[in-house]
Amino acid sequence: MADSPSETLLETPLAAEHRALGARMVPFGGYAMPVQYPTGIIAEHKWTREHAGLFDVSHMGPSFLMLAEKSGDAERDHAAVAALVEPLVTGEIRALKPGQVRYTLMTNDAGGVIDDLMVARSARIEHSGTLYIVVNAGTKDGDFALIEKAVGGRARLHRADDGALLALQGPEAAAVMRGLVPAAADLGFMTYGSFEWQGARVMVSRSGYTGEDGFEILVPADRAKAFWDALLADQRVKPVGLGARDSLRLEAGLPLNGHDLDATTSPVEANLAFAVSKRRRAEGGFPGAARVQKELAEGTKRLRVGIAPEGKAPVREGAAILDIASGRQVGTVTSGTFGPTVNAPIAMGYVETAFTAPGTKVAVDVRGKSLPATIAEMPFVPHRYYRKPA
Amino acid sequence: MATRYTREHEWIRLEGGVATMGITPYAQEQLGDIVFVDLPEVGKKLAKGDEAAVVESVKAASEVYAPIAGEVIEVNSALTDSPGMVNESADGAGWFLKLKPANPGEVEALMDEAAYQAYLETI
Repeated sequence: MADSPSETLLETPLAAEHRALGARMVPFGGYAMPVQYPTGIIAEHKWTREHAGLFDVSHMGPSFLMLAEKSGDAERDHAAVAALVEPLVTGEIRALKPGQVRYTLMTNDAGGVIDDLMVARSARIEHSGTLYIVVNAGTKDGDFALIEKAVGGRARLHRADDGALLALQGPEAAAVMRGLVPAAADLGFMTYGSFEWQGARVMVSRSGYTGEDGFEILVPADRAKAFWDALLADQRVKPVGLGARDSLRLEAGLPLNGHDLDATTSPVEANLAFAVSKRRRAEGGFPGAARVQKELAEGTKRLRVGIAPEGKAPVREGAAILDIASGRQVGTVTSGTFGPTVNAPIAMGYVETAFTAPGTKVAVDVRGKSLPATIAEMPFVPHRYYRKPA
Repeated sequence: MATRYTREHEWIRLEGGVATMGITPYAQEQLGDIVFVDLPEVGKKLAKGDEAAVVESVKAASEVYAPIAGEVIEVNSALTDSPGMVNESADGAGWFLKLKPANPGEVEALMDEAAYQAYLETI
């Protein structure tokens, strides 16, 4: 075990809480983060699927982009701020309704993915002209610099990553939220709002990274411990570390930037074409649009797929995916683990287009052994997002 | 003979000319939930320090090294179905494999319990 430069790591407002709970802290995205608590990853994972898991994701990059000069006309101001961001991302931002959250991608000039992120329109109509943007931890400095450069003086980016960002995930998350911030429990999937909790302003979105119903909550740093403690006081809530966050998102088929997405993978190759909105496909106007439009029309040479290894050996990032008949490498695993809910190893990776059909038999090289595996539908565990009754 | 330990957190115990080895309770604690143990073939000859097995937690794969030179004469096949036994009983039912030592004296030269505990204090 190498000496870790822990003194140079950033800490979230909840670092002391994690240590008091007995968490094992590891460096992640420049922060000291809890990878697991004493109950362990499998128990934490299963608790989230059955009850409600509480995650500290304060290493991520929440921010607000505010139009410098507002006209006072809500739709005009939203259109103006959307027009500043759309040149950076693949998603439809202009048509967002108040409070709507969109998953989108930042791309580079080669059409590769820089980051996947959430962009939301302010919930209150009178706050139009502001976007709530949440980017990944490892890429946030670069993302924020790109946004600031693109908007120039026309909007101001306020980083909110000095606050605490929590995720409450699982089938009992909504009932727990109802006890704390009742109005937030009525949010529809992929919407957000600004709420008051004991005098503090909290931003709550109904979203997450586990495939379960749940919320992501931005809390001011000085109230983070109180809010964390209030959630944990509920018997249905247990703390869950980044280890289970990874196994949960993998079962949900959700990509991890820097592993399943990188600067060379296009949105189409990543099987995230849904994140390239219809109008944006037609109009382009985002970095690398020409490649993305071409791939949408003509297809790609490779695609991100799910992989179900036979047997019990987990298959890890970097493992070669082989054609059984010839032994030729036809792809690479980009992330893999043991899925506690499916009780089997699961993985995702990129394979040549001819090998992408679910059910296709392939082999995966694990430490020099060629192990059988099958291309699988994702998600491995069905999503259980909240659908508002009509 | 008493159990001996390595700095890589393997344990090994010599009984009747056969050395049984596994990973220490400290190692299993560090690894977390163990979901797979990749064990060598019986008959495989290992040099001291060779990769003897690979233990997979949910998070990652970790190599387990041969504390001494020897030939693998038995592996703990119960770990195939119950890898979690390593978490429950790392120094007992969760043993990995048995070696016929090339030189039984190599075991004696490893850290004893007191030395290993002192070593754990330093990390």
